[in-house]
Amino acid sequence: MALLQISEPGESPAPHQRKLAVGIDLGTTHSLVATVRSGAAESLADAEGRVLLPSVVRYGPGGVLAVGEAARERAADDPANTLVSVKRFMGRGVADVAKYGALPYRFVDAPGMVAIETAAGLRSPVQVSADILAALRERAEASLGGQLAGAVVTVPAYFDDSQRQATKDAAKLAGLPVLRLLNEPTAAAIAYGLDHGSEGTYAIFDLGGGTFDLSILALTRGVFEVLSTSGDSALGGDDFDQAIASHWRAHLGLADASGRDTRRLLVTARRVKERLSTEDAAEEAVTLSLGQQVHLRLTRAEFEEITAALVQRTLGPTRKALRDAGLKPADVDGVVLVGGATRMPHLQRAVEDFFGRPPLKDLDPDQVVALGAAIQANALVGNREAGEDWLLLDVTPLSLGLETMGGLVEKVIPRNSTIPVARAQEFTTFKDGQSAMAIHVVQGERELVSDCRSLARFELRGIPPMVAGAARIAVTFQVDADGLLSVSARETTTGVAASVVVKPSYGLTDDEVARMLREGFDHAGEDRDARALAEQRVDAEGIVAAIGAALAADGDLLEAGERADLEARVAATAALAKGTDHRALKAAIEDLNRASEAFAARRMDRTIHRALAGRRIDDVAR
Amino acid sequence: MTADFTRNHFDLLGLPVAYAIDAQALERAFRDLQSRVHPDRFAAAGEAERRVAMQWAARANEAYRTLRHPLGRARYLLGLKGFDTGEDSNTAMPPDFLMQQMEWREAVADARGSRDREALEALKGDLGRERHEMQSQLARALGDDRNYDAGCSLVRKLRFLDRLEADIDDGLEALGDGP
Repeated sequence: MALLQISEPGESPAPHQRKLAVGIDLGTTHSLVATVRSGAAESLADAEGRVLLPSVVRYGPGGVLAVGEAARERAADDPANTLVSVKRFMGRGVADVAKYGALPYRFVDAPGMVAIETAAGLRSPVQVSADILAALRERAEASLGGQLAGAVVTVPAYFDDSQRQATKDAAKLAGLPVLRLLNEPTAAAIAYGLDHGSEGTYAIFDLGGGTFDLSILALTRGVFEVLSTSGDSALGGDDFDQAIASHWRAHLGLADASGRDTRRLLVTARRVKERLSTEDAAEEAVTLSLGQQVHLRLTRAEFEEITAALVQRTLGPTRKALRDAGLKPADVDGVVLVGGATRMPHLQRAVEDFFGRPPLKDLDPDQVVALGAAIQANALVGNREAGEDWLLLDVTPLSLGLETMGGLVEKVIPRNSTIPVARAQEFTTFKDGQSAMAIHVVQGERELVSDCRSLARFELRGIPPMVAGAARIAVTFQVDADGLLSVSARETTTGVAASVVVKPSYGLTDDEVARMLREGFDHAGEDRDARALAEQRVDAEGIVAAIGAALAADGDLLEAGERADLEARVAATAALAKGTDHRALKAAIEDLNRASEAFAARRMDRTIHRALAGRRIDDVAR
Repeated sequence: MTADFTRNHFDLLGLPVAYAIDAQALERAFRDLQSRVHPDRFAAAGEAERRVAMQWAARANEAYRTLRHPLGRARYLLGLKGFDTGEDSNTAMPPDFLMQQMEWREAVADARGSRDREALEALKGDLGRERHEMQSQLARALGDDRNYDAGCSLVRKLRFLDRLEADIDDGLEALGDGP
């Protein structure tokens, strides 16, 4: 449908053509799914009427799987097998996880990413997230009555490449047709901006359970442009719970609390924290594992004192984002609060003091991200209504670069570059006859490679023998609209194509994802072939409709022979979609994609020619 | 088949090849182009179209980024005219400019050393005015004067100022991120 809209702007698809699309906020403490119905975004509830799904998964003995509330109820008595806040471990290694302090999990240093040993076996954070996403997919399918055509999954804006890739892998494992990864503050801005018809410069202050994002956006009619983003992907409401729990441990002599007691303290800390948003003091009685009963109390003043440093930590990234956007606090027309942790009164005061204006909080901070994602999903899948023609321009949060001599970083794409972005950097050989070159891709702002995150190591082989400095190795970085990086390298003087071997430093390889996908189906007892067929059919329908519309609009760009060839492949794909062989269907779709490349390129050229011609006519008219 | 990338940035955005630019027209042209080629317009399309869209959207972003900033626009325009600004190779500068640079650098280092936020902000302000003056000169050199050698020299000077400003920003960042 998106193709039709290019030639007929503003034309909305007939009601029966509306596709099912959802937005999913995969949060640290809870997750939710939303959709657009009758022109309005709404969150979808489970059978019990609950919208928020606790991001908790329990892997009990005998392969028992519980997701959400049922899992959370067991967090205190079975902490080792009940995984909470797993978002913090996405795309992370053992060393990263260590800084979260004492956690009741058995971490295993699996290749690429940390894994957790549970009663049901080893689980990667990607699999745990996939179980949460699958629960939401099932909820959405039950609620909407059909298979989803597309989903937008949100990620913290400050997530790096490995964290984003891990999230995308989780969505794939969960059987979600991912249209886009969307940054959480940007999603909030869409929901807020479209709801309020806002124009001007907005700061989105998003403090979730485990991550902090601050994005500055310029909202003008029909365009959401992210000017800059900053944050801390290891700072959130959880840290406030930890601060309270440590305070109690220190004052009640519970320094060597067991895993269960640690979890109990944290659960109580969270409740007390939430009560302190409206009360001046709170007290709860807790029975510890040895039968000892303790009274845990805290006043709001104490809470504010022990968490003052955490509140201050949000202001550093806030200043940085403003500076990157070339703005001062007073230049901001509005500050929108997002994330449950922004309910804390002292945090709101700090934000108000910093910007010199009271923050906006009339949208539910727990739901606004999912609602924005649903609006974006609805648009991407092709359900745009007339007048809903808006454009979203986001940025990459962290600089991307390469290791050069002496362990220094050469930045190729600076932070806050508008995505998608592609940029090439040339390198040369160091020795005569050098035939290979190691390429180390890193992400971060620091000058030393050791202070940045290592994303991947490549080896470029087959460089023809030349004297030192004669070879020209072009390394191209490309960040797509999901904020995901791909890197390619080639030697340009000879045009010899050299092979590139990718070894992700963090994250899962394609093989691992494929293996988990197989295991997941075995585990859930789902009919894998049926699922694959259903997914391929959705894909096939999409591409057959898209190419049909493209041929109707721009078929004249093809020679008669080319057109007949493409039409034959479309027909073959459509015929296979009626059958049951999902492998043959997949091959036909891939074949059709390949065959339509030249046509796609010619159509885009025509679009651009028309845009230029149209602008000239505008200029004449003015 | 890859997209036709032979058009220069100005042509792609339908603007005259000139340093003097109508900022609003540039922004309008960019948004118009991006709204046609952005991958979000093709999210439901086939893989081939999504890939082409990504290439073009990246191309549009690059053109906009280059032309929006005076330094980038000047460097790009000089490149089109066959002039290499030589920012990495040519470090020869007039002595008075070098003198002033050294003074600036010392002032920045002092302010950073004494963690003096106000001094850093003041230096940033001074730098902004200096930059403004140089940009005016650049506009004349690349406009009516057609003095491209002078343009190259000004681009190199402006690059110096950019580095200095990054230094000031680092200093401010170090102060701002403290407890």
